[in-house]
Amino acid sequence: MEHFANLTLNGLATGAVYAALALSLVLIYQATRVLNFAQPAFALVSAYVAYAVTSATGSYWAGFAAALAVGALLGAATERFLVRPLRNASPLSPIIATLGLLMVLQGAVGMVWGNEPLSFAYPLDYRGRFSPADAFALVSVLLVALALFALYRFTPAGLRMRAAAIRPEAARLSGVRVGAVLASAWALASAIGALAGMLAAPPFLAPNSFDLIFVFAIAAAVAGGLENPFGAVAGGLAVGVLLSYVTGYAGPELTALAALAVLLTVLALKPDGLFSRAAARKV
Amino acid sequence: MRTDPIRAARPLAAVSLALAVLAAGCTGAGQTGEGAEADLDVSTGVTDDTVTIGAHMPLTGPAAPGYSQISVGAQAVYDFVNANGGVHGRTIEYLAEDDAYDPTRTVEVTRELVHEDEVFAMVGGLGTPTHSKVVDFLNREGVPDLFPSSGALMWNDPEKYPLTYGYQVDYTKESKILGEYVSEEFEDAEVGYLLQNDDVGVDSQRGLDMYLQDQAVAVEHYESGAEDLSAQIAGLEQEGADVVVCACIPNYVALALLESARIGYEPQFITSSIGGDTVTLRGLLSSFAEQAGSGGDPDDFLNGLMTLGYLPPVELGGDDPWVEFLRGVYDEYGGDAPLSNTTVYGMVQAVQFVRALEAAGEDPTRASLIEALESLESGGPGLVPFSSTGEDRGGYAGGFITRYEDGELEMVRDPAVTDSAEGDIEPAEVDRPLPEDIGPLAQG
Amino acid sequence: MAPSTHRAPASDAGSTPAGSDPAASARRGPRSVPGHPLLGHPLLRRLLLAAAALAAVAAVTTATGPVTDLRVANAGLFLLAVAGLQVLVGTSGQVSLGHGAFMFVGAYTMALLVVNVPALPLAAGMAAACAAGCLAGLAVGAATARLHGPYLAGATLMLAVGLPAIALRFPDLLGGANGLGFSTIGAPPALAGLVDDTQWRAIVVWTVALIGLVVLATASGGRLGRHLRAVRDDPTAAALSGVPVGRVRVTAFVISAGAGSLAGACQAYVLGTATPSTYGLALSLVLLAALVLGGLGSLWGAFWAALAIVYVEVAGTELAHALELDTDVRNNLPVVFFGAVLIIVVLAWPRGVHGALSALGRHRSTPQQTGDS
Repeated sequence: MEHFANLTLNGLATGAVYAALALSLVLIYQATRVLNFAQPAFALVSAYVAYAVTSATGSYWAGFAAALAVGALLGAATERFLVRPLRNASPLSPIIATLGLLMVLQGAVGMVWGNEPLSFAYPLDYRGRFSPADAFALVSVLLVALALFALYRFTPAGLRMRAAAIRPEAARLSGVRVGAVLASAWALASAIGALAGMLAAPPFLAPNSFDLIFVFAIAAAVAGGLENPFGAVAGGLAVGVLLSYVTGYAGPELTALAALAVLLTVLALKPDGLFSRAAARKV
Repeated sequence: MRTDPIRAARPLAAVSLALAVLAAGCTGAGQTGEGAEADLDVSTGVTDDTVTIGAHMPLTGPAAPGYSQISVGAQAVYDFVNANGGVHGRTIEYLAEDDAYDPTRTVEVTRELVHEDEVFAMVGGLGTPTHSKVVDFLNREGVPDLFPSSGALMWNDPEKYPLTYGYQVDYTKESKILGEYVSEEFEDAEVGYLLQNDDVGVDSQRGLDMYLQDQAVAVEHYESGAEDLSAQIAGLEQEGADVVVCACIPNYVALALLESARIGYEPQFITSSIGGDTVTLRGLLSSFAEQAGSGGDPDDFLNGLMTLGYLPPVELGGDDPWVEFLRGVYDEYGGDAPLSNTTVYGMVQAVQFVRALEAAGEDPTRASLIEALESLESGGPGLVPFSSTGEDRGGYAGGFITRYEDGELEMVRDPAVTDSAEGDIEPAEVDRPLPEDIGPLAQG
Repeated sequence: MAPSTHRAPASDAGSTPAGSDPAASARRGPRSVPGHPLLGHPLLRRLLLAAAALAAVAAVTTATGPVTDLRVANAGLFLLAVAGLQVLVGTSGQVSLGHGAFMFVGAYTMALLVVNVPALPLAAGMAAACAAGCLAGLAVGAATARLHGPYLAGATLMLAVGLPAIALRFPDLLGGANGLGFSTIGAPPALAGLVDDTQWRAIVVWTVALIGLVVLATASGGRLGRHLRAVRDDPTAAALSGVPVGRVRVTAFVISAGAGSLAGACQAYVLGTATPSTYGLALSLVLLAALVLGGLGSLWGAFWAALAIVYVEVAGTELAHALELDTDVRNNLPVVFFGAVLIIVVLAWPRGVHGALSALGRHRSTPQQTGDS
């Protein structure tokens, strides 16, 4: 029973990372209908910049702030220069362009910082079954989700974002600067992706550190439903806990297979994810 | 699509070719018979003033972390040798190609090295999953396959792979020595294994179980590439392991130490040779020392760590002539990273090749290189004997165990040798040459 | 070289303009090109094209060394793999990020047969691998038939990462993380001295790949192809006009997986290895990326994709060797180069290389025939 509790806590802590990355994917998908494959690369670059800033200043939080800023900047720039020019191309084109960006950024990180792992500090004390660092991960992700909910529901900025995403032409006619709104949605999402990077980077950071995290984050986003930020958070936490149980009780080699089995089962029951609204879908 | 008669004839020829392929497709797909023996009396890759050798290793991709220092170290030794006149007047050109630890890439880069770059020998191809896919090819093509960077048992198989010579102590030998040590020094302890889930783990467990079958209470695995060991460490703690033997690369040793510190679990950690590089471990753990309290030194994690070794550990510093020599070479020709035991691994590999190449004579051929290997008389820089004879080419034949404390190593088990089967463990006697005894190194 | 009867993605889309009745195009029978009673039959024409391509490959490999032969073989098997993906993504509109998983199935089927039944004919091994792939495709297709767009992409991405883990679960049978290594048969003794082993393997791979391509071209050119495109362009309309949408989608998966699996079997045959790490995330992503780079909707796109997979990597590595660079920069240059090529091609030619070339062709001269799609 104690083992079970430990596995659950471990799973929640890693699940927070999946949740944050899944959340950033969902926000971008909602805004521009693009599955952003460069998201883990944004998180990676942000984390490496944070490492450099922290090393230079000695302050973790200066690095943290730099990471969020870099993430936001990368997101906005990608929307403006890579995704917007492709908005009339086939829906696959922007996905492949972000995939190319993933390769470029991942390689660039290796060029600058090398492919050997770096020692990356935790924000808070990491000691304990459910350490302050674990709590920080979980609480920050939940707070971000709540803040997003408030932003989209209750503020004019959120309304503009939803309008620009769902009916860009109508939004433009009613005076919304659709381009700016979409770029800021990407910036916001990628800042959250950078948060995921900061949570995922400790203890060791290498150019490929986020590959598997990204796969599980996509699984979480899809299982939760791409239309629903809360689905992404719930999906992320669920995936984290599930993988922890599988590792603890069945064996670490089975994590990816288990995730596949669960994802297929969930999607067989709910093709648009667990938390999709019961909208009628064409065939 | 218009097709004129002349062009139409070519497809017809092709159709018959296709039929030939189909006919051949009806014979067995597996290669059963042995091919003709390759001619070794050649000096491919040797010119008047150069000798070209190759290696494959992961320089990028998920498996790259931990290995880059090996080629840096080897390159530093070759640069040193080249700057001092080379071997019999020839400089060594070392081509370390990236295979990203993907065997399909290994096969491709190895073919390029052999057919395009025409290397004299393969020296230090890295990894079991990778190198095992080219060992047949190299032997068939008559390319000496020296010192694979892997402790798999299969390199020591003169019947099957007459041109392959091992380097690293094999996983079973070293874990036998570890197992015996634990069973003697921690006879009442409950033992847990933390194993990499591939041949490292399988071969290591075979050796450990020969001595620790009754004491083992938990076996945990990790997949290489995983980012988290929390479930595994929780499992070891749950089963009450007082001693944890790790057959893991440094990343996972560091992760295990950190995770144990996190949950307040303090077993005696003992690692096999691949994971015990304390310089690398210190680097990986450097960010967490402050949070661990007391003094803020990564040694807080490492103190008490026991490790099996067979090469001179850098911690010996000026006390060991080889460490002193290699540090001098590295300072001049190496990279920015601190000299680690992983670097030494690559450097000693290069030293062993330089020794063999020198012994191969003024006009080396592949045959004379092989002959020279067979006559390498002593262990070289290592602290245990080195086997490269006709019957046993397992490379380093055993190891010693040290205990780490504040940057110093204490020898807790003197060098011993054993075999990869059920044989006994015996004290090792080694006759180490000094750097100045080796021609190409002495000129410096 | 590659046999393809599709002129361009535009002509595919043009055959079912939005709003038209997809079943109308589905009812159209195969047309022959007037004036060529014999060559007019599409299947025969494809076979002749394939034969010409094979002759060209044989000629090329005679003139080159083993390293190029290996690359030619790789190009052949990637051509087949991407062509299979083309049917799924380009023709049926289902975006799969898991094509590498089917290559995994084929490679391991081949590897297991070679290791355990070395006397089994190569052709039987290929057939078994293809069959295993089709079965896997059937299972995956059935499990994901209701999924659309990104949900399918997410599920197949998980497939690409999850399925190869089976090898880790059954180390005794599948060799665990080290995978399986083996030697496959080289050139037949009768051809000794004439054809070396690598060249022979390249020819065998291209033979298999071209047979596969003829099947794929025939499948996507006929009634099934029209159904696939109808489902891609508007599933609702297709369903209303009697196209069995679910079954068509699963069929696309089966065909595509069969081709992918066959390509994996070719890879195992050529390289003598089947290892889980080969069939990871990177492979599946590269396959899809190369497909888009080559051009969606035409088997010619798969041809450019295969060249890109093999030669952009080579170019990146040679570039890295040619420049005097710091180690870290040199090591990472090939992947950055590939990514940059991908971005530039997608931005400059959103329809891929084939789209750009055929636009160029249309610009120069009006097409003389419409093809048979």
